[in-house]
Amino acid sequence: MTTTTLHVNGSAHTLDIDPDMPLLYALRNHLGLNGAKYGCGLGQCGACTVLLDDKPVFSCLTPCSGMEGRKIRTVESLGSAEQPGPLQQAFIDTQAAQCGYCIAGMIMRAQALLEQEPHPGEEAILAHMAPNLCRCGTHLRILEAIRHVSKDGVKHAG
Amino acid sequence: MTRRSLWLAAALMVVVFGGVSAFLLMWRPAIEPVELPQHFDSEQLLRGARVVEAGDCAVCHTRPGGKYLAGGLGLVTPFGTLYSTNITPDPDTGIGRWSLPAFERAMRQGISRDGHFLYPAFPYVHYSRMTDEDIRDAYMYLISGPGVHAPATPNQMNFPMNIRPLVSFWNLLFLHSDRITALPDKSQTWNRGKYLVEGAGHCAGCHTPLNALGAEKSGQSLAGGVVDGWEAPSLRGMSSGPRPWTSEQLVGYLRAQVVPNHGTPAGPMRPVSLGLARLPLADVEAIADYLLSLQAPAATRSKESSKMTPIAAQQAAGLALFQGSCAGCHAPGAAMRTIDARPGLEQTSALHATSPRNFLKTVMEGIAPVPGMPGPVMPAFSASLSDDQLEALAAYLREQTQPDEPWTDLSSTIHDLRQEAK
Amino acid sequence: MPASTEKGFSRRAFLQGGALLMVFTLVPASRRVLADTEVDTLGTVVLAPDLPGSLRTNPYLDAWIKIGSDGITVYTGKVELGTGVKTALLQIAAERLEVSPGSIRFLTADTALTPNEGYTAGSHSIFDSGTALFNAAAQVRQLLLESAGRTWRLDPSILKTHDAVIQAPSGQKMTYADAVAGVELHQYAKADSPLMPISDFKLIGHSLPRLDIPAKVSGGAAFIQDIRLPGMLHARVIRPPRPSASLERFDSELIRSMPGVLEVVHDGNYLAVVAHDEWQAIKAMRKGYELAQWNGGDPVPESSTIHELLTRLPAKRYPISHEGGSLKGSGARFQARVTKQYLMHGSIGPSCSVAWFKEGLLTVWTHTQGVYPLRAGIAEMLGLPLEKVRCIHTEGSGCYGHNGADDAAADAALIAMRLPGQPIRVQWMREQENLWEPYSSAMLTQLDAGLDGQGRLEDWSYELWTTPHNERIVNAGRLIPARLLAYPFVSAPSIPIAQPEGDGDRNAVPLYTVGSTRIDMNFVTDMPFRTSAMRSLGAHINIYAIEACIDELARQSGSDPVAFRLTHLTDPRARAVIEQTRDAFGWPQRPATPGTGIGFAFARYKNIMGYCAIAVQVYVHPQTQVIEVERVVTAVDVGQIVNPDGLRNQVEGGIVQSMSWTLYEAVSYNAEGVRSYDWSGYPILRFPQLPSHVDVHMLDQPGQPFLGAAEIVQGPMAAALGNAVADATGRRRLNLPLGRAVEEA
Repeated sequence: MTTTTLHVNGSAHTLDIDPDMPLLYALRNHLGLNGAKYGCGLGQCGACTVLLDDKPVFSCLTPCSGMEGRKIRTVESLGSAEQPGPLQQAFIDTQAAQCGYCIAGMIMRAQALLEQEPHPGEEAILAHMAPNLCRCGTHLRILEAIRHVSKDGVKHAG
Repeated sequence: MTRRSLWLAAALMVVVFGGVSAFLLMWRPAIEPVELPQHFDSEQLLRGARVVEAGDCAVCHTRPGGKYLAGGLGLVTPFGTLYSTNITPDPDTGIGRWSLPAFERAMRQGISRDGHFLYPAFPYVHYSRMTDEDIRDAYMYLISGPGVHAPATPNQMNFPMNIRPLVSFWNLLFLHSDRITALPDKSQTWNRGKYLVEGAGHCAGCHTPLNALGAEKSGQSLAGGVVDGWEAPSLRGMSSGPRPWTSEQLVGYLRAQVVPNHGTPAGPMRPVSLGLARLPLADVEAIADYLLSLQAPAATRSKESSKMTPIAAQQAAGLALFQGSCAGCHAPGAAMRTIDARPGLEQTSALHATSPRNFLKTVMEGIAPVPGMPGPVMPAFSASLSDDQLEALAAYLREQTQPDEPWTDLSSTIHDLRQEAK
Repeated sequence: MPASTEKGFSRRAFLQGGALLMVFTLVPASRRVLADTEVDTLGTVVLAPDLPGSLRTNPYLDAWIKIGSDGITVYTGKVELGTGVKTALLQIAAERLEVSPGSIRFLTADTALTPNEGYTAGSHSIFDSGTALFNAAAQVRQLLLESAGRTWRLDPSILKTHDAVIQAPSGQKMTYADAVAGVELHQYAKADSPLMPISDFKLIGHSLPRLDIPAKVSGGAAFIQDIRLPGMLHARVIRPPRPSASLERFDSELIRSMPGVLEVVHDGNYLAVVAHDEWQAIKAMRKGYELAQWNGGDPVPESSTIHELLTRLPAKRYPISHEGGSLKGSGARFQARVTKQYLMHGSIGPSCSVAWFKEGLLTVWTHTQGVYPLRAGIAEMLGLPLEKVRCIHTEGSGCYGHNGADDAAADAALIAMRLPGQPIRVQWMREQENLWEPYSSAMLTQLDAGLDGQGRLEDWSYELWTTPHNERIVNAGRLIPARLLAYPFVSAPSIPIAQPEGDGDRNAVPLYTVGSTRIDMNFVTDMPFRTSAMRSLGAHINIYAIEACIDELARQSGSDPVAFRLTHLTDPRARAVIEQTRDAFGWPQRPATPGTGIGFAFARYKNIMGYCAIAVQVYVHPQTQVIEVERVVTAVDVGQIVNPDGLRNQVEGGIVQSMSWTLYEAVSYNAEGVRSYDWSGYPILRFPQLPSHVDVHMLDQPGQPFLGAAEIVQGPMAAALGNAVADATGRRRLNLPLGRAVEEA
């Protein structure tokens, strides 16, 4: 166990955890954040996607160590069920979920794109979203939700 | 005529002669546009498809997410950024008006149908050595495909290389279009391999060091180069040295498989190997046969053992990183190892290489999946690992693999790679 | 009931004694329904055969609806699998209670609370539970009105209700909670329910937003994976490299000495580790995989010869349909051998469960499709009385059938018994899900059909080979952990689901008018890989084969394939979805670009449920052979639509999922083992491969029975893709997945 400090969703948390623990387990089990999901632990499906310094990363393979000065954001940072952020609202408006297990990861990957490029073209969206898998086949609605925001604009969060 | 006017006349003649020569050197006529044939011989198309595959045409002429052979891939060179062209038979933006002679001139001399000079990033120095038949088959295959309207992306070349006619001087120096001839004392397989390596395959394009003008250094063919930040290792002496390749391993590797003692191709070699996997097995075996016959240069590696005591803290950090970020696939008990019998990381060429470049590049960029096809993949870690973490991980795995030869240039290489990625 | 359906059945062989029609209506059915369906595998008991939907098996009104001072509670024995069915069921209950959905506390499957509705499977949820709630809710409301009428001495028919309050014309009011005091809800439902004009529906037929989405987009505790109980410990299992391998050596002590490890469970070939922290459990598990030495195990077949192997393995032959004479048509003929490989459910979240053995009661939180059958399996495995096991459904990642959910629950239960008093959370790893979930069976089908001189379908011969599609939890031996114990349990014998629902033979009988049929199933009971239910069961490949044949025969006889289909269909609803699809697509128009192809397909799911016709346009690159899906147009008819947007979502999802199965998917294996242990070995569709345009048309049938939606698209989409690729390339591909054809060549 070592002391590790994580800057998550705007606040600093000091945790006493194994130095080799991937971020996913710290977020879920030590900070009680449900957004990032375990999907494969291999960086192949994107269910665990969070933003690290504004870039989408697989939290299942991202170390908790060496996080001094690095900014972590999870889907919880974008809003709540009661007060969803613009992208979350777009996912609700388009009912862009079936089982919904992949959705928090999808939202975070899309959020990174929209912050970088507020009006991405269709091909850019498809290429950007490629690392994240959905098994229910909700892709068409996920795209629709992203387009909604790309039309209306997304505010930088956190 | 006075001496002075004589001088003047002489000078004028020199200028005119020089001008004419330069004009002749730098000017090429357009070749008349033609209507393409509508009917094709299926056998010829099959042969052509193989030539195009062996020539890696699609590797450069298809951009990620783009249409097959419609160009648009950016190629970063020391002289600026080039964009590959559309070689589908679209009449307006592709090669839909090109006759076979126009195509052959491009392949052998690097001249476009309209007469402009092509940049030597297009490997006509190698294609020029192919047989007429192969060029003709490739042409028929290319023009048989669907035309895609895709206008060229303008190149961003620096002065003076943005002046295309200057390429003529480059050609004068470096374009020697001798055909590849079979050596009678060598096997047919070997000769086939040599033909594919030196011709269509243009392996030297990446695996030979370049001089200041971006041409392959003479006498150092296949001695190793750098491409897109990746080390294209020397292909000379692969059958000898501390980690010799067997034919089986090399054939598997060339066909994008994961092989014991070496791993699997990553970086720019990945698409090349995926293309080779679509060639007849015999062709890949021929390439391997030829490559394994190449001897290492006489100068042996004068690698001095620079054993340093590994930094304990860095090693501990590296081990922790391996546990958290790598072990899911690469630990001895992981499914990839136990079920697929994939080699451990300590067997990969990247961890044995003199330079840490390929190891770091693989970790940073990963290996992308082929849509809808099973095969090795790896996530990219460039956003999730910091420079210090990359260094610790590399130092740790190198210590596990080659404890006598630690990488001493990790920090600067990581810095360079980050810069190059910008 | 539509007359055409009867006709459809009239030529269906009633093979099973007492097997009757799957008739269903919103109003009570006049006929009994076969209990032997996919959902009733465990033999839920039919107590009231004349009641509609699941009231047959759970006839008491208070099994469905309870009203008290704490409000209205509605129960369903079905579960949310990610299809939005919970929202749709709530709409139905609220509509018929005439209350707002928000005023209902809605509980899904829990063995301590809810009715036993068997499995949530087979697109039955709205069909079974929706129908039960539709009737029960209306009857309960009526009883409340009557109670108020008695109190006020008024005729109940003049009373109205608004937001759970009964109002008399005089303005007198009584809440449902007060009215219920005078009612005994513990009574059998009646066959007849109060009528409600369709025009009065305020919820049914309207797109109520899904209840669960806000939490899922914001990190709320939405899944079983998100359960955190006080003192909860984390477990991981260690599985053999292949089934039936035996553990030769294992160093439990070494694992036990690892940081945070509390327990190592070693029972025969069963291994698990328990730790305080999840990451510590993972590290212990990894060490366990490294240390465990296994011997032997079931041999793995070669994927290249699996279909030939299926024909040689022990099998039971089931006649499916033998109608008409033996006359062979004199016109065009088509013969084909069609195959598919093993497929994976491939849930994005691997299976998970939490179990807690406290004060003699074992509580298991599980994402199973059937809490009651699972409870029985777990009780048998542990030697506990049924009443000492409670299974509570909690949402997991979408499962699409029988995945690892039940096995993971059995894992949690086994481990929890070793550590009484402490909640145990088991999370499978990706490779465990991929290697141990029951697959969808590889199948071989052989078809031979011909036309008569007038171009009409004369003879239809079809034979298929399949392993089981329904290895549900009918005993402890169906649970993998129970098979690994030192005293292992043995799986119950495999039994196929009877027609008309069908198993590997689902949709093996064409709905088209055919002169004669010879349709047989070879049910291979010796499974090279454990297989069980995955969306649409055999219908995926059967519809692919049937529709390929229809296409070929139409082509050979010079007919348009859509017109050919219409010629052979009498059911007006079947014709309607075909015509709607044809017109919306603009069939047979298409771009002249070489490589472009169009394909059409139709099926009525199980021949008794939802109708679906699809037209697709593909582009098969003439050089790379890469298949791009450019356009998909579909029309569906699932009876009365409950939630239009939910239905559309399911249909869109079915299109994308079936496309992934059909173009890209196959479990990859050879004698060395299964190579599809992760997504690199089992690629599925990713965003760049999506169809460019998808157009869904929904033909509502107000007042008609609910027919279920989740699986109606799988078969037709596959078939339309196959037909479009054949049209584009001039070559018919008969081995799935279609996208690997180049690799095979």
